Amino acid sequence: MSAVGLGFLLEIGVEEIPDWMIPGALENLRLLFEKLEIPHESVTMDATPRRLVLRADGLPSRQADSQEHVMGPAKSAPAQAVAGFARKLGVKPEELALETTPKGTYYSFVKKVEGRRTIDILAEGLPAIIPQIYFPKTMYWTGKGGVRFIRPIRWIVALLGEETVPFELAGVRSGNLTSGHRRLGAPEVVVTVEDYERRLRDHYVILSAEERRQRIHQGMQGMRVKHDAALLETLVYITEYPTPIAGSFDPRFLQLPEEVLVTVMRHHQKYFSVEDAQGQLAPEFVAVMNLDADSQGFVRSGNERVLRARFNDARFFWDSDQKKKLADRMQDLRNVTFQKDVGSYYEKLVRMGDLVGKLAGDADAQRAVELCKCDLTTELVKEFTELQGVVGGLYAKAQGENESVSKAIYDHYKPESMDDAIPRSRTGQIVSLADKLDTLISCFAVGLVPTGSKDPYALRRAAQGVVRILVEGKIEIALLPLLGGDQALIEFFQDRVRFYFKEARNFKYDEVNAAMAAGWDNLVDLEARLARIQNLRFTPDFEPLAASFKRIRNILEQAKFTGEAGFNAGLLEDGAEKELYEEYAKIAGQPIESVISRLRPKVDLFFDKVLVNAPQQEVRQNRLKLLFELRKEFSKVADFSEIVTNS
Amino acid sequence: MSAMLSFQELIFKLKQYWADRGCIIQEPYDIEVGAGTMVAETFLRVLGPKPYRVAYVQPSRRPADGRYGDNPNRLYKHSQLQVILKPSPEDVIEQYMGSLEAIGIDLRQHDFKLEEDNWEAPTLGAWGIGWQVMLDGLEISQFTYFQQCGGIDLEVVPAELTYGLERITAFLQVKNSVYDIDWTKDFTYGDVRYNDELQYSVYNFEMADIPTLWKLFELHEGEAARLLKAYDPKSPDKRRFPLLPTYDQVLKCSNLFNTLDSRGAISVTERQMVIQRVRKLAVGVAKAWTDQRQEVAQ
Repeated sequence: MSAVGLGFLLEIGVEEIPDWMIPGALENLRLLFEKLEIPHESVTMDATPRRLVLRADGLPSRQADSQEHVMGPAKSAPAQAVAGFARKLGVKPEELALETTPKGTYYSFVKKVEGRRTIDILAEGLPAIIPQIYFPKTMYWTGKGGVRFIRPIRWIVALLGEETVPFELAGVRSGNLTSGHRRLGAPEVVVTVEDYERRLRDHYVILSAEERRQRIHQGMQGMRVKHDAALLETLVYITEYPTPIAGSFDPRFLQLPEEVLVTVMRHHQKYFSVEDAQGQLAPEFVAVMNLDADSQGFVRSGNERVLRARFNDARFFWDSDQKKKLADRMQDLRNVTFQKDVGSYYEKLVRMGDLVGKLAGDADAQRAVELCKCDLTTELVKEFTELQGVVGGLYAKAQGENESVSKAIYDHYKPESMDDAIPRSRTGQIVSLADKLDTLISCFAVGLVPTGSKDPYALRRAAQGVVRILVEGKIEIALLPLLGGDQALIEFFQDRVRFYFKEARNFKYDEVNAAMAAGWDNLVDLEARLARIQNLRFTPDFEPLAASFKRIRNILEQAKFTGEAGFNAGLLEDGAEKELYEEYAKIAGQPIESVISRLRPKVDLFFDKVLVNAPQQEVRQNRLKLLFELRKEFSKVADFSEIVTNS
Repeated sequence: MSAMLSFQELIFKLKQYWADRGCIIQEPYDIEVGAGTMVAETFLRVLGPKPYRVAYVQPSRRPADGRYGDNPNRLYKHSQLQVILKPSPEDVIEQYMGSLEAIGIDLRQHDFKLEEDNWEAPTLGAWGIGWQVMLDGLEISQFTYFQQCGGIDLEVVPAELTYGLERITAFLQVKNSVYDIDWTKDFTYGDVRYNDELQYSVYNFEMADIPTLWKLFELHEGEAARLLKAYDPKSPDKRRFPLLPTYDQVLKCSNLFNTLDSRGAISVTERQMVIQRVRKLAVGVAKAWTDQRQEVAQ
């Protein structure tokens, strides 16, 4: 092995890779490289839209040598056989050794096997691993059956120390030529392992994503840019040489709702929005170019014109939408299909209205339901689908609906993710619940049940939304009767409730199981009981009592005891049994927290002294009944037998 | 920047640019289509192994996008330059960028980005991988590597470049409305096309007779289906079979579907079903065409 390790550089030159796929692809490439099992010190991964780069240090020039011990003919063998053995090994017969074994003396030789050259391992391994990098959607370009990748591979740099690692992939030969920025740099740039990053910089490619991020930050210093981490990441990975530039728009557009302006800027144009000193939206924006400077001002004025056209469109849509009120669009919803087997949005509204009744919603909630889907027929929502609901709310307000109604419409798709807030008002919460519950009930009714990763109607998200609104909105309503007795839907909800308390609220799984076993119809109550269990768990009597309850459950299950028997206090034995009964009678009805320390010793004593399986049938039944009632009484908060104990 | 190009000069320059790179310059197809892709010069030519290079300006009709000539950026009928390079050359992006430079855009002074945008045409059973091309924040082109057409995996992958000519011209002429762009130095786009926009909007949104359009749709559909049924892959004379006229019937269906859609005559449920009906015909033609070409090649 060479004393000094070699540097390794792999650059896969690709046509523009979708920004959001790049970090995952890099991690994937790193793992694939590790699988080649070439010793190395550090690995660095970098990428721009046009290149995936892996650099590693301290690679050996070859793998360690090994030895192979080869046994030959016996000492007594004819000379030709010995000479043949030596010839096969490529040595002279006198170089052979003689070795004595229990079976006799034989010729032998210790053959040195040279380790494979690292460059050979790479030349063989790289073309095999590169096409294995995972991308969500791939293409072929060299012809049917050709290599698949995210976009066409146009060049490959593969260098080990001073040498090129030679291989070919998709008709591209590896070499030492990279490519600079599409217009500011040269199309072909010779690089070495050492000068690679610097040479790229000379040709207007900033290799490090972190450095590009910093460059964007610095370029926006002094501006009141609205923080937007996701947009920043997008911009970092759609540029090789990012430079922010500020632009402005006609302040009269500020009459349009901020939601519309921000959506156009962020989602359609990838601009940052800017605030004024009071935190209000300012008539300015920041675009990030893939360019060093806008010396002639072309980029700024071009972007300003595009934005003006977009805002004009939005204003045109806003104005023309006002010609027909939301309320007058309700009938149009008969022609808008919600789902082909479920029916139109109009039918959905009717069902939602029933649900609002069951949810004890008021007249505002009913009005909001009538109007909440009408924005689907507006031009503005057809253009900016991500603004559904929001636009309806804004239009309702502009058309004189009261604030409670317009707010409820505005919010009714919320929460759209685990991090998103639930609707602000109770009316909004009721409308959102009715919408989501109807989607779930009607989809399940026609067999649209999510399986595995397939959930095209986002039913998990809808159910999660219902759970969050009920719990976080503190809406004490029985959930199960609303589900119309659909067993599959009930189980689906049970999973979502469990998921929510475990993953979003960090309750332990056995606590969730214990609390849900005592009922989960009222989720507000469930949350309160979970909090109580969490507190109880810190008390010394909790785990032993839980263990005893598990024992009680097992005894009752083994005896197939269903609790129907009568109870006769006269059959109680003096001592532990009677004491347990008297304690039970005294504390029944009190919260478990205040009685746990009294109950636990009596239960322990009972199991210590009393044989449940008494020989007389009467006594046995009586004891089972006592345990049954005890468990029933103290399982109202949770079924403690579900708690996982250490004992 | 060089002297300002008129709308037609821009078209001349782009056609010349692609002619210099081996493209056949075709004139627009004479049947209404929603996009240049639908024309047989693209839809059928991309099938099979034979190389092809073609460019043409195709008036593309999108009835739902009509705005009575009121909206400065939206058109019922816009002009699309369609370029097909089959197979796609390795330097295809470079060639495309060169075409922008040929019309006077200095790409060192403008922000050029390729942003993920995969293309799909459900009525054609066609899809591809690609980008929208952004210039200073304006989408000026769609760039697609075709993967499938008429439901068939393509043997050779072509690159399709489409240019939104009105947008690009408005960008270069610094005009806020497409109607103000100079078609020539004496005539504006509005002079030439305003009436089209107004009258087709009135027809598509207000006056098109829904039962008549449905009847027409069914007639063209029936004719295409009748012909497809008559195609016999085993016939020794099959190269005579009129698949190109069959495909014309499919194009008619597609345009009628778009018109009915803009008229609000198609519910979302129906929409899927009608798309499937058109798709079935397009896929049928693509299959038969592939079969017919194979035979001809032998």
